[in-house]
Amino acid sequence: MDFIAYLISGISLGSVYAIIALGYTMVYGIAKMLNFAHGDVIMIGGYVSFVATANLDLPPAVSIMIAVAVCTTLGIVIEKLAYKPLRAAPSLAVLITAIGVSYFLQNAALLIWSSNPKSYTSLFKFEPLKLLDGELTIASVTIVTVITGVIVMTTLSLIINKTKIGKAMRAVSEDKDAAQLMGIGVNKTITITFAIGSGLAAIAGVLLASAYPILTPTMGAMPGIKAFTAAVFGGIGSIPGAMLGGILLGVIEILGRAYISTQLSDAIVFSVLIIVLLVKPTGLLGKKISEKV
Amino acid sequence: MEKMVPVPSRGIIPERDVNSSPILEVSHLGITFGGLVAVDDFNIVIGKTEIAGLIGPNGAGKTTVFNLLTKVYQQTKGAILLDGLDTKGMNTVQVNQTGIARTFQNIRLFSSLSVEDNVKIGLHNQYKYDTLSGILRLPNYWKAEKQSKEKARELLSIFNMEHMAKYKAGSLPYGAQRRLEIVRALATNPKLLLLDEPAAGMNPRETEELMENIRKIRDTFQIAVLLIEHDMSLVMGICEGIAVLNYGKIIAKGTPEEIQSNPEVIEAYLGKQKED
Repeated sequence: MDFIAYLISGISLGSVYAIIALGYTMVYGIAKMLNFAHGDVIMIGGYVSFVATANLDLPPAVSIMIAVAVCTTLGIVIEKLAYKPLRAAPSLAVLITAIGVSYFLQNAALLIWSSNPKSYTSLFKFEPLKLLDGELTIASVTIVTVITGVIVMTTLSLIINKTKIGKAMRAVSEDKDAAQLMGIGVNKTITITFAIGSGLAAIAGVLLASAYPILTPTMGAMPGIKAFTAAVFGGIGSIPGAMLGGILLGVIEILGRAYISTQLSDAIVFSVLIIVLLVKPTGLLGKKISEKV
Repeated sequence: MEKMVPVPSRGIIPERDVNSSPILEVSHLGITFGGLVAVDDFNIVIGKTEIAGLIGPNGAGKTTVFNLLTKVYQQTKGAILLDGLDTKGMNTVQVNQTGIARTFQNIRLFSSLSVEDNVKIGLHNQYKYDTLSGILRLPNYWKAEKQSKEKARELLSIFNMEHMAKYKAGSLPYGAQRRLEIVRALATNPKLLLLDEPAAGMNPRETEELMENIRKIRDTFQIAVLLIEHDMSLVMGICEGIAVLNYGKIIAKGTPEEIQSNPEVIEAYLGKQKED
């Protein structure tokens, strides 16, 4: 019975990783850059929803909407100010800029909210679900996280596969120049990608803060790295890969923590990544890039 | 201005040229890369429904001309007038919306997307709805998607490719990929279609079909076509006017017959005849 409980909380944590990893992988697929500031957008999302509920006394649904709106705007602004001028620059310059943006966001949060951890009250205050005569208890935040994960992933798949902007995103990710010659505005497509990715980060921030209710300015760093690992694990640039990688990573982390060692759980996660990459360098669902000579 | 083929074109297609002003007027176009003059003093005029050819030996600058017309490169000299509109300063997206669409020498389809989605990418600017109604699937999303699907199927039917709509573009046979590139370009609703070696790698029967289809496209959509091609049977078979490029310069212009008997053209292709 313990195993099932661990599995469920693994899937729940994995759903958060998957939502974050989707942001990483979409931006990588389209702009061919690693947005290392993505984890800190999660932190901003957490703080904004905290301010909205604790300081402004707004209902949970409204605070989530505000967090999404703020992070979406933030994503667009970061892209316009920091990354757009570097569109033709070498990828290393963009990477360093992303790290710079990450530090900027962390220190801005430090300035606004100070280094004292804030304790976050979960937005999901209903009773935990008791199954099998009380033998299996599932926390409310776990249920919400899993359901949100499913909704986010389905919606995103529908956007990517069934809408015009999704098709434009896939076209730009495959061949930027050809897409432009077919009349697709590459800059606009990249901006929308950042907007969607950052909106997802806000949702992840709320879920994460509800599950681990301590807010600090660096709270986004570790989930960010883990989600990036998940994206690489599933095959960077692949949307289903990010979902699969995220969930597997969450499950491995929780099971490793439960059955092997609490201290080593992060090490186990990264070891699995190394082993997968040794066997399949493109990740689980990544495409092999073969260049014609 | 010098005209490649008088418009209406020598009475070959006069009744189609309702409006006799040309679709494309290029004057003194030139580009240099560092010290290399890739295209120099390129002049061409193409009628509204004319099929024109651009030929020349390898490395003569033909694809560079296409890249200049579609603004992949900005010219260092000269002007390009598309339907009377100067395209100077436009980017590739704007020039596409103004009416130039193209295919590529080495096929550049979105190969992991389906055939239908490739065509829908071409239709991107014609069926509009905002991103939010796409996410929320509002009625205007369904309406626009339905229309664009129907339009995509209709365009695919030109080449009898409707049954392939759900296939992955990258999995199509070579000839079908070339045809799909033409359909995708047509989907952007161009006034001028640029075809970069459309018959490359095709067998004679496919080339024959392609010629018919290019004529059919011109007749149905009433657009102009400019094509780069090495297959002389195709060029001589369908082009009403031909320009020959060598070392970035036009060395001859005229009808297929004139080009075939032009000594300079023969020299460019075969080398100078030894004088006894």
